[in-house]
Amino acid sequence: MVVKCEQVWHEISNYLEGDIEPALRSAMDEHFRTCKRCSSVLEGTRNVIRLYGDERMMEVPSGFGRRLERRLAKNARVTGGRWSVWSTWLIPVAALVLFAGGLRLANSLTSGPELKSEHAQPGQDIPPDMLVVVTTDAKVFHVAGCDFIHNKETERTLTAKEAMREGYVPCLRCMREFLHTAKAGSSALGSEADADIDADETHRHGGE
Amino acid sequence: MVLNNPVVRNPVQDAATTREQDLIARVQRGQTELFYELVKPYERRVYAAAFAILRNETDAEDVAQEAVLKAFANIRQFRAEARFSTWLIQITVNEALMRRRRERTVVMEGIDDRRDEESDYAPRDFADWREIPSEALERKEVRQKLAAALASLDRKYREVFVLRDMEQLNIQETAAALGISVASVKTRLLRARLMLRDLLAAGWEQGWFSRLPFEKGNKPW
Repeated sequence: MVVKCEQVWHEISNYLEGDIEPALRSAMDEHFRTCKRCSSVLEGTRNVIRLYGDERMMEVPSGFGRRLERRLAKNARVTGGRWSVWSTWLIPVAALVLFAGGLRLANSLTSGPELKSEHAQPGQDIPPDMLVVVTTDAKVFHVAGCDFIHNKETERTLTAKEAMREGYVPCLRCMREFLHTAKAGSSALGSEADADIDADETHRHGGE
Repeated sequence: MVLNNPVVRNPVQDAATTREQDLIARVQRGQTELFYELVKPYERRVYAAAFAILRNETDAEDVAQEAVLKAFANIRQFRAEARFSTWLIQITVNEALMRRRRERTVVMEGIDDRRDEESDYAPRDFADWREIPSEALERKEVRQKLAAALASLDRKYREVFVLRDMEQLNIQETAAALGISVASVKTRLLRARLMLRDLLAAGWEQGWFSRLPFEKGNKPW
């Protein structure tokens, strides 16, 4: 392949980019070896790329970097940055969630699991491995055979420890001996809890 | 000289890239105070890109700052597949083009802008080329002459040349940044390079580069 000067000038930029076919590159290499004018154009173009590619050619006004840094800092102060705007509400919310979580954890450590009946009393000194019975939708656990077990077809046997972990409370009838109110002699509270469970069970029983 | 050399691993460059990636990750995680550190190595390039398009120091600086703020606001969208410098320069070019459109300065461009891009450009000066060494750039008047030669190019040639040969974007990135075809980038780049070569050759004859160190009898050619 033989190339003319005009074709070399037309392709000289692609030649420098390495963006030409190998056959054309070889032909141009050969041309440069023999054509003083084209080799002058090639060297001159290389020189242009080298000189202008030098970072010293990119002059910035005096103090440019300092002003840019100041503006960035000012922007960060004013807006806090786009995602920092989120943080203005995200951080308090996260803190609240953590606080609430902590509170719940503290409660769980001090008060045990959340009770299914808010008026009920957790049992005391109930043997953890004692087998008890619970039923679906009920709030209390019973000793097997208790007369106050309703909805018996959904009966499930588990240990007292597991029942309490699930939030069940002792039956005021069959588990009376383990109730805090009974031991403390707080009849008012005991009555209230008793009434609550009775009402609950009566209501459900009535609804069946 | 082939510009698109195959990638040769450079330990210094690798370390710089790793450090940059680390900085990006930290800024994305919220250490926003590190953003300037991330941008600092490219601040000259950001300004040069804005200036190439706007040709006004005040506007260029303002747009450069706006572009950096925009990059800061969008840093979480930056993906590691791209080069950070390219991403930053593309944002800058976009900001500068928007500013120019807003201020309608395009009509002030020279008559050459309307010339057919496909027409051939023939080099004018075939005098023996004398290499201008990089040390010449230490002299302010040399830099000013080169900057004046670049400024004399029509906008469409100047912009492509600056993005490709000064900002080191590749052909495709240059095309994408300016919203023109790859073919147009290649044509304009060829023209810009040859015109600058002619201007420098003429400048040499006019004594632009006189009193350079190598002229004291120690000629490198």
